[in-house]
Amino acid sequence: MTGEARASTTTIETPAGPAQPMVLNMGPQHPSTHGVLRVILELDGETVLSAKSVIGYLHTGIEKSCESKTYSQCITLTDRIDYLAPLSNNLGFCLAAEKLVGIEVPKRAQYIRVLLTELTRISSHLVWLGTHAIDLGAMSVFLYCFREREEIMKIYEYVSGQRMMTSYFRIGGLALEPPPGWLDRVQRIVDAMPGHIDEYETLLTENRIWKARTVGVGMLSKEDAIAMGVSGPLLRASGVPYDIRKMFPYSSYDEFDFEMKTDNGGDCYARYKVRIAEMRESLKIIRQAMNKIPAEGPFRAELPGVIPPSREEMKTSIEGLIYHFKIFTEGFAPPPGEVYQAIESPRGELGVFMASDGSPKPYRVKFRTPSFVNLQSLPNLCVGRLIADVVACIGTTDIVLGEVDR
Amino acid sequence: MESKDLGKSPIVQKLRDWDPQVVADVIEFRGETTVVVPAQHLLRTAEYLATEPSLRFSFLSDLTIVDRFPIEPRFELNYQLLSLDREERLRLRVKLSGAEPAVASVTPVWPTANWHERESFDLFGVRFSGHPDLTRILLPDEWEGHPLRKDYPVEGFR
Repeated sequence: MTGEARASTTTIETPAGPAQPMVLNMGPQHPSTHGVLRVILELDGETVLSAKSVIGYLHTGIEKSCESKTYSQCITLTDRIDYLAPLSNNLGFCLAAEKLVGIEVPKRAQYIRVLLTELTRISSHLVWLGTHAIDLGAMSVFLYCFREREEIMKIYEYVSGQRMMTSYFRIGGLALEPPPGWLDRVQRIVDAMPGHIDEYETLLTENRIWKARTVGVGMLSKEDAIAMGVSGPLLRASGVPYDIRKMFPYSSYDEFDFEMKTDNGGDCYARYKVRIAEMRESLKIIRQAMNKIPAEGPFRAELPGVIPPSREEMKTSIEGLIYHFKIFTEGFAPPPGEVYQAIESPRGELGVFMASDGSPKPYRVKFRTPSFVNLQSLPNLCVGRLIADVVACIGTTDIVLGEVDR
Repeated sequence: MESKDLGKSPIVQKLRDWDPQVVADVIEFRGETTVVVPAQHLLRTAEYLATEPSLRFSFLSDLTIVDRFPIEPRFELNYQLLSLDREERLRLRVKLSGAEPAVASVTPVWPTANWHERESFDLFGVRFSGHPDLTRILLPDEWEGHPLRKDYPVEGFR
């Protein structure tokens, strides 16, 4: 591709000889890079000859920190990996730890988890849509998206007490019983959202400027997508039907009726369509989950020594008090072994590899983050195109730099 | 945790039929299969798993290193494979000693391994021969040491 791009553009002859390609540093402080991403572009005029991503500006050593904390303490770190989808990260980590220990989570907690992670998917896609649109010059979409996202943040706050760093999912279930009336608030969002999504679509889907900036831009073929390990909406928009919720269902996703949306376009427009369709599917899942969640029932599993006893039990029984003390001072020790648990985060395959050596602290935790792997495909998307398209390509991969660098 | 008599899985059987040397051990834990492959056979095995029509592990999800310091061989490289057509996962494991750890790069088979291997080189100091651009990725180029090694203190060297 690089060779073709070189051949198809005219080389200007100067008295000093043929013009050299220009190297342009895009970022790390550039509004379209959504954080601190630096892309070194080699340009011939405005045509991109090569693109090299430089990352690591937000590296905080989360994996190393996890090794010195107990399993439960690590949950607060997972929020900070992908700060636009904290609950998805909580879920990935908790599922991995549960697999390692062998905990069966009560159905009620599983459905609540599904409901909240699907809300997270919508809020994350809203941020993506808003920022992607503003990158490409559509200002108003951004304001609408953030208006709706705010409502979802309020749900987080109502349920967990936190808007962003929720840490609401805990190993074995949830941190606390959801407050009364929370489902009514979710109902209001679910009722309003389809109209809002229609609203975004009237602004963008048939918009000539939007189409000119996205159709045919950032092409990623099916073969390239698989070879580059791309996942999530990026992969599905290249026509590969891979959704972990369908292929390896976790947290009772197999009990929900929803469609996996794919598109064969492989361009920025196809990814836009896939994500919009995914928001509608998420609403479908949320509606089903609202009907499934029993009004009463345990919100976390019972496993003495691993999962903290209820407040009442801790106050009234001596065993409860001992377990409470031991769990919060030492933690619990899973059997030695390694597990890999993947979930479908809004950005793709979020894998958690967890190795235990039988001590109360994880021996090794690795977060296989979708943004890190998806960003690797950036040269495939933008080489041979114009600088303006690089902005569209970075936007369409939907990266979160906190997740890329960890 | 570990048991040697397993490997009833059809994939492991297939690997054994193809070349018994490449399966040094099989570990089953929590429904996940790990095949331990001798380092010198890694690239060959990777090619076979990715291209064999009845296996088609065309997708490399992840590469994770576990440092077992001070046990030798010290580094365990875990390649998390996925077959999109057959909806199946498999983990390959290669063990490397602490003295100049190096193994063949799998980038010719799975181009996505590029950044995974750079990250592993950056944080663990494992070298991948045949890698197109083996440089640090998360840390600055002038950084000393490899932070995720177990003999690297959490608070860093001061």
